[in-house]
Amino acid sequence: MNAMPHTTRGSAYNFGFLDEYAKKEIRRAVLKAIAIPGYQVPYASREMPMGRGFGTGGLQLTLALIGPGEVVKVIDQGSDDSVNAVNLRQFIEMTCPGIATTTKTAESTLTQSRHRIPEQPLTAAQILVLQVPYPDPLVVVEPSEDKRKVMHGEADYSRLLVKLYEDIVQFDEITISHRYPTRINGHYVIDPSPIPRWDVPRLNDAAALTLFGAGREKKIYAVPPHTRAEPLAFSDVPFRVEDFRDAAGRRRACARCGCTDSFLDEFVGDAGSKTYQCSDSDWCDEQLLQAEHAQGEPA
Amino acid sequence: MTPPILQVEGYGKHFELHEQNKLIPSAHNVSFTVRAGELTALIGPTGAGKSSVLKGIYRTYLPSAGRILYRDAMGHELDLARASEHQILDLRRREIGFVTQFLHCLPRQPTLDVVAQPLFGLGVARPEARQRAADLLSAMSLPERLWSVSPATFSGGERQRVNLARGFIARPRLLLLDEPTASLDPATAECVIRLIEGLKAEGTAMLAIFHHPETTRRLADQVVELAPPPAVEAMLKEYA
Amino acid sequence: MNRILEVRGLSRIYGPGCPHCVDTTGPEADTNLCPHCGSIVAIHDVSFDLFEGEILGVMGESGSGKSTVVKALYFDQAPTGGEAIFFDGDTQHELFALNAARQRWLRNHRFGMVYQNPHLGLNFNISAGGNIAERLLMSDLMDYGAIRERAKALLARTEVLLSRVDDLPKHFSGGMQQRVQIAKALATQPPLLFLDEVTTGLDLSVQARILDLILEIQQELKTAMVVVTHDLGVIRLLTGRAIVMKYGRVIETGLTDQILEDPQHAYTQRLVASAL
Repeated sequence: MNAMPHTTRGSAYNFGFLDEYAKKEIRRAVLKAIAIPGYQVPYASREMPMGRGFGTGGLQLTLALIGPGEVVKVIDQGSDDSVNAVNLRQFIEMTCPGIATTTKTAESTLTQSRHRIPEQPLTAAQILVLQVPYPDPLVVVEPSEDKRKVMHGEADYSRLLVKLYEDIVQFDEITISHRYPTRINGHYVIDPSPIPRWDVPRLNDAAALTLFGAGREKKIYAVPPHTRAEPLAFSDVPFRVEDFRDAAGRRRACARCGCTDSFLDEFVGDAGSKTYQCSDSDWCDEQLLQAEHAQGEPA
Repeated sequence: MTPPILQVEGYGKHFELHEQNKLIPSAHNVSFTVRAGELTALIGPTGAGKSSVLKGIYRTYLPSAGRILYRDAMGHELDLARASEHQILDLRRREIGFVTQFLHCLPRQPTLDVVAQPLFGLGVARPEARQRAADLLSAMSLPERLWSVSPATFSGGERQRVNLARGFIARPRLLLLDEPTASLDPATAECVIRLIEGLKAEGTAMLAIFHHPETTRRLADQVVELAPPPAVEAMLKEYA
Repeated sequence: MNRILEVRGLSRIYGPGCPHCVDTTGPEADTNLCPHCGSIVAIHDVSFDLFEGEILGVMGESGSGKSTVVKALYFDQAPTGGEAIFFDGDTQHELFALNAARQRWLRNHRFGMVYQNPHLGLNFNISAGGNIAERLLMSDLMDYGAIRERAKALLARTEVLLSRVDDLPKHFSGGMQQRVQIAKALATQPPLLFLDEVTTGLDLSVQARILDLILEIQQELKTAMVVVTHDLGVIRLLTGRAIVMKYGRVIETGLTDQILEDPQHAYTQRLVASAL
């Protein structure tokens, strides 16, 4: 990566908006996060020209890691053209001259995402950056950060597990849908950001590096490639992903591309009718494309 | 002759009441032996220190003077006056029993369990322990309907029978008895006397204080007369 | 009988401390407060042994330091001096030389504690069963079914109605809260249990039931216990041996019946004579 003090449109901004010292600190935090999988590394999260809660943590990671020649994809809930994804992508294009952007997962070198992991398995040459609102799964059971740090250090997650126990007592199953606490490399339990349960298994033994950035909370953490990521569960009540079966027990399909093994969004029509569609828009496009090829039509 | 199980040499006890700044003599220069299968009875007027001797042996009182040599089941001799707390607790559990005039027990424990308690402590299985307790209570003529109730509401005589049953059940090597037949009717007293004779035949060594001289005469193989410790007559005049 | 705990010279001073603290406080000085530096000598030079399966009483009035002793041993508060060795099968642990993680491991796997105030021993935001589950989870049990069965069994054992296993402790009476605490403390079958004034403030009938329960459990599980109390009746009922504390010092130790019938120290005599 060349750290050229390049400016855009004659303005005084550094390449990637952040100054080089900020980038260095973030990269150091990333190295530390990779070296201690699942450990929340504190860092001095910079003020960005957008409000906290809009992905400043993920954005800082992206800006610190990319250089000219890279290809960046930005999605929000799986979609490339939601408002937030568009804004972030335009900001990156503006501040990083020489960067290419794409909607195709397979073409990206780095994907920044809010609340979803792409359906397309990532390779060792790719990086995934997830935007995180609350990095610490223990925050619901322990308000003091000092005590939480000790609990993480000693891998004492019993109070979190009790929450799961109480769920099963009350509802016969664990009701957590997003932000499912996941143990990394056998020690630290992370909040994997509001990705659905569907995506959690994809963290386990992945070929790509997954980075997590919480801008407001000022933490960076990582699941390095080929690392164990085990969602918390009891030995007799295992973790399970979302079940997209209808009342007759049939697995629903995407109304647009017909896929039956992707995470589906539910859309309610004006008359109350429900349709289901792939949440990952690029994946849906790819399925349609492949279907066309299979039918012998030109791409 | 087999060595005695208990050899008391020069036992003395006095109390030091700090608040009142007084020294109260309790027993003075008591010596005697107790042998297996024999009952030694202590006699003497009130204030002579008979109970004090029993309590001193059991370590409810800390002896002020003398030695209390006890030969345990393994044949080792130790001075109970100087033994450690744990040794005493162990001996109390396994070898030395004490039947006082008062029944101390848990408020809600049924009589059968109160009696079986010493056997629980020795690791005897509960059903067997309770069976033995039942046998003993029958022998003492305690009505079966009372066995599942706590002794808290029993009459003096009934409580005493429970007390004795508890004292006998674990067959201690040395049994200390403080007026065991005091509140009993003649029939039950007779029954207790026979039980004591039975224990003697089994080899239990006993040291007892009896209310009735007749009982002493019937049961004692040896009688030790205690005199009140010096200066206690003066003390008694002060309290009167 | 094997020793399970050996405490030597345990001390805890609150405040800066000075060379005069020890000499100017204690039973003879009739105070805990050092007149020179204002420090409080909560306990000084406390030593005792505890054997497997026995119940030791720690007796004293307010300010005697009796609670400070168990708080130090349970790692709630670090002592300022002294040492304690816990004998765990073939291993010996020098309690105050261990790091925090090891201390927490012992707390979760080998010790149990029942506080006078249930808020210290229970989490009031989770159900009674959840409280017990938490302790089982801390001791690395990960099977939901097994946890649930064990929680129910423990609550049944401590005579808490099974219908209330999923209720929050704040809806329980004081006696029932204590019973949940006891169930929680016993969840891991610890060889050593600390009980700090567990029946103080409860109705007499409730007290009696809890004391019964403690004794039954002790006989079943052969748990060694340290029972802190100011109540002579509790001492008489539960303990075989006892130590008497005043102003932070141990002034007398002995067999419980001997301390109650033949107390040696002036203070103990006064204490015993004051019993109603």
